[in-house]
Amino acid sequence: MSLSRAFFAIIRRDLVLALRRRSEVANPLLFFVLVITLFPLGIGAQPNLLQAIAPGIIWVSALLAAMLSLDSLFRSDFDDGSLEQILLSSHPTSILVLAKIIAHWSVTGLPLLIVAPLLAIFLGMPTQSIGILLLTLLLGTPVLSLIGAIGVALTVGLRRGGMILSLLVLPLYVPVLIFAGNAVEMAASGLPINAQINILISILFMALVLAPWPTAAALKMSIN
Amino acid sequence: METKPTYSLKGTGLSCIRDDRVLFDGLAFELVSGQVLLLEGQNGSGKTSLLRILCGFREPDTGQVFWCGEAINDSQYYADMAYIGHLDGVKKELTVLENLKVSLALGLPGQYSIQQALDKVQLANYDDVLVQALSAGQKRRLSLARLLITQNCLWILDEPFTSLDKQGIALIESLMSEHCAAGGMIVLTSHHDIDLHEVDVHRILLS
Repeated sequence: MSLSRAFFAIIRRDLVLALRRRSEVANPLLFFVLVITLFPLGIGAQPNLLQAIAPGIIWVSALLAAMLSLDSLFRSDFDDGSLEQILLSSHPTSILVLAKIIAHWSVTGLPLLIVAPLLAIFLGMPTQSIGILLLTLLLGTPVLSLIGAIGVALTVGLRRGGMILSLLVLPLYVPVLIFAGNAVEMAASGLPINAQINILISILFMALVLAPWPTAAALKMSIN
Repeated sequence: METKPTYSLKGTGLSCIRDDRVLFDGLAFELVSGQVLLLEGQNGSGKTSLLRILCGFREPDTGQVFWCGEAINDSQYYADMAYIGHLDGVKKELTVLENLKVSLALGLPGQYSIQQALDKVQLANYDDVLVQALSAGQKRRLSLARLLITQNCLWILDEPFTSLDKQGIALIESLMSEHCAAGGMIVLTSHHDIDLHEVDVHRILLS
């Protein structure tokens, strides 16, 4: 009972904080939109080419936007000592960390889902694959936050952890990128995509269950 | 704490080595309910390191810390202790009230309600003020209010008097005496001379 109270208190706190620090939230979203709108300008008047690579563009941009937003997950809590207090709580740290990740995803991942259909139309994606794109983003972006959290927890104690963070996290993002990109591409040609979606679902559940533990352990190391 | 259960905090053979420098070695102490342990020593003598070992943030290089006879990494210890470090641990974009509500949700409700605790630390009319608008001393008082609203027997305080005015220091001293009289215990570092009446103060000098 009191664990769920702590869980929702952390989510609530992080959402209120995000609301009061809008620029931090807007940054990854703006980045996502900007990168995607630049592609047609760079490629020129080749609608067929653009249409063919649209799923890849959207997914790669989403991945980079997720990376960009990761640092804010634990940074301010680390700097002002709130993280110490969270770790000292008698509740399991992994559950509290999961609450932080969920709050972080709802302010950085969820907005991407909302603008993605617009950008997909903008890139000329066939309408039947836009639904699939949304589904893959819905299943994939939480995985990016969950896996990213492990990397941030390991590097939050370092002053310049940005480079190491990308090296740590990007290879782990690759499976999500491959299956999600492939699913959208197959859907555009009208092929069945059950396998890819099932794999994405299993990756999501595995990350949901397995990622909070190493994150909690890494935070304990970083706080030292 | 009606029944006044006795708690004990015990350290045996603790040592801490930082960058090949031995900060302390073979340190042992025992503290029971109602006592205060005051750590003294110069800057860099390992006071904060010892506190962080007691919090479990840092592993001692040798030795162990026991809470009521059990090693501290079981969860009961964390339900019984509270730590105030150099960092206040409050979010500056949240109001005073929101900060305390989060702290309350992370622990168990204690002796005082949020409003009573704010009255105690003289922040009564500040509950809707963003923490970034508070002065350093007021932030300190806010983090001390956290001790009052949650249930905890052991207070670990790292320089609790920093940036407090004379009145604030007297206030904290009276809160500490009250806490010890109710069967609590405190481990703290301080450069100020603390003035606690009728409290059993043990001192460890780190050098």
